[in-house]
Amino acid sequence: MSLARHWRLRDQRYRLEGTACDDCGTIQFPPRPLCPNCRSRTLSPHPLDGRGQLISYTVLYQAPAGFEAQIPYAVGIVELGEGPRLTAMLTDVDLDALQIGMSLEMTIRKLRSDGDDGVIQYGYKFRPVQFEGA
Amino acid sequence: MKELAIIGIGQTPVGEHWAVGLRDLATEAIWAALDDAGLDGADALFVGNMLSGEMAQQAHLGALIADHAALAGIEAVKVEAACGAAAAALRQAVLAVGSGAAEVAVAVGVEKLTEQPPADTTAALAMAADGDYELPMGLSFVGVGALLMQRYLYEHRVPKEAFARFPIQAHDNAQHNPHAMFRSPITAQQYADAKMIASPINLLDSSPIADGAAAVVVTTAERARRLSDRAVRLLACEVGTDTVALHDRADLLWLKGVERSTKKALARAGKRHEEIDLFELHDAFSVIAALSLESAGFAERGCGLCHAQRGDFGRGGRLPIATMGGLKARGHPVGATGLYQVVEATLQLRGEAPEPLQIPDARVAMAQNIGGSGATVVTTILERMEG
Ligand SMILES: [Zn+2]
Repeated sequence: MSLARHWRLRDQRYRLEGTACDDCGTIQFPPRPLCPNCRSRTLSPHPLDGRGQLISYTVLYQAPAGFEAQIPYAVGIVELGEGPRLTAMLTDVDLDALQIGMSLEMTIRKLRSDGDDGVIQYGYKFRPVQFEGA
Repeated sequence: MKELAIIGIGQTPVGEHWAVGLRDLATEAIWAALDDAGLDGADALFVGNMLSGEMAQQAHLGALIADHAALAGIEAVKVEAACGAAAAALRQAVLAVGSGAAEVAVAVGVEKLTEQPPADTTAALAMAADGDYELPMGLSFVGVGALLMQRYLYEHRVPKEAFARFPIQAHDNAQHNPHAMFRSPITAQQYADAKMIASPINLLDSSPIADGAAAVVVTTAERARRLSDRAVRLLACEVGTDTVALHDRADLLWLKGVERSTKKALARAGKRHEEIDLFELHDAFSVIAALSLESAGFAERGCGLCHAQRGDFGRGGRLPIATMGGLKARGHPVGATGLYQVVEATLQLRGEAPEPLQIPDARVAMAQNIGGSGATVVTTILERMEG
């Protein structure tokens, strides 16, 4: 991934910044220029708090180029407390203990050991909630 | 829109074609279709393809293939919609002839996937998903299908072994299809023992990557009646879309693109579900076969597998699917697949399917080509032409 692209996505990768529609209140992640619910064009940045639950998951044994060194690894769809869903690598978890419905929280990790241009990319991954109620 | 027909079909065997390049593969299918139609040219060429840029460092396929096929000078463009590219190219041919802009249009799908290192091919195929928000998280295209299957097992509480029915049936059909990639049957035990690729999807849940090209010739029904006694009517070819990223769908187990495309196609064709005699569906993964049947309205939600177990979708069932082996066993040369489906449906309606695959008295056929995990869906309905 190009440097410019990674830089452009930094607020999403590091802070889970989405958008909230000023007209209907719907929250989106990733950010959108138009509200998919009411087509309003007035949306404001809206950081998400990074907690959610697992909707589905898979453990990959064959990886796309750039991820071969990490197999086997888990990727899941997480539904955040505010509503939006995202795809993330799952970390700090026993691959046999993954369960749909489990509570997860965001953490920042290295996404790829080596990008196309040699830059190490960081971004969100999700792990089981460590301290309930914290 | 004018009434349309398919008057010629062509296909190359699906498999590893290391000795042949993209342009030769496409040319072979184009001329097989034109020869079949008894024509010596066309007004327009629409080339379905997904990955020529990544796999062969080749863009600009429209003009390149038109020239190589000795059709230089005609209108020719590439159409891309991930694994739905070929039927999307057919849609362009339908619009071109249906509008009167062209008298004869050829749609060809062509793909070569077998000559790059597997990790590079895996990364390229993953481009069907969201490049900003799915791929950087290490997701592969099989991984996308696996997220659907895991959710299916959880929500519908079915045993994973129940999915074996789809690949077993596909292989059983493909053994009789001379163009198929896998021509040997598989057993439930082989399915149970198959290597995991992205859990819960194993090697036998997944269609194989392949090389191949398939083409059809489209013209008006009026002209087809004069030119050929083997033409089939092209009643509908309709596109529906959904979000590219799986996580943007509130309900993972309902393919809205499939529902939209199917409804549009049935309405355009003036047909009801009960009138469809066979369904060439997009079984890229066994779970996609189940979800397609449900979202298209051929089985209730969560019941695609129960109907399959009863034999509803086998050769003698109420709606035979993947009659020549489907993506699973005929093979899945992604940007060509949608036209293999249409070629196979046409063979069925002409009564030219290899025995014992011929569906007796097949009159109306549906083919459905899916891009990504359901983001682009093209549904084509064909009907046997009477007298
Ligand atoms: Zn809104």
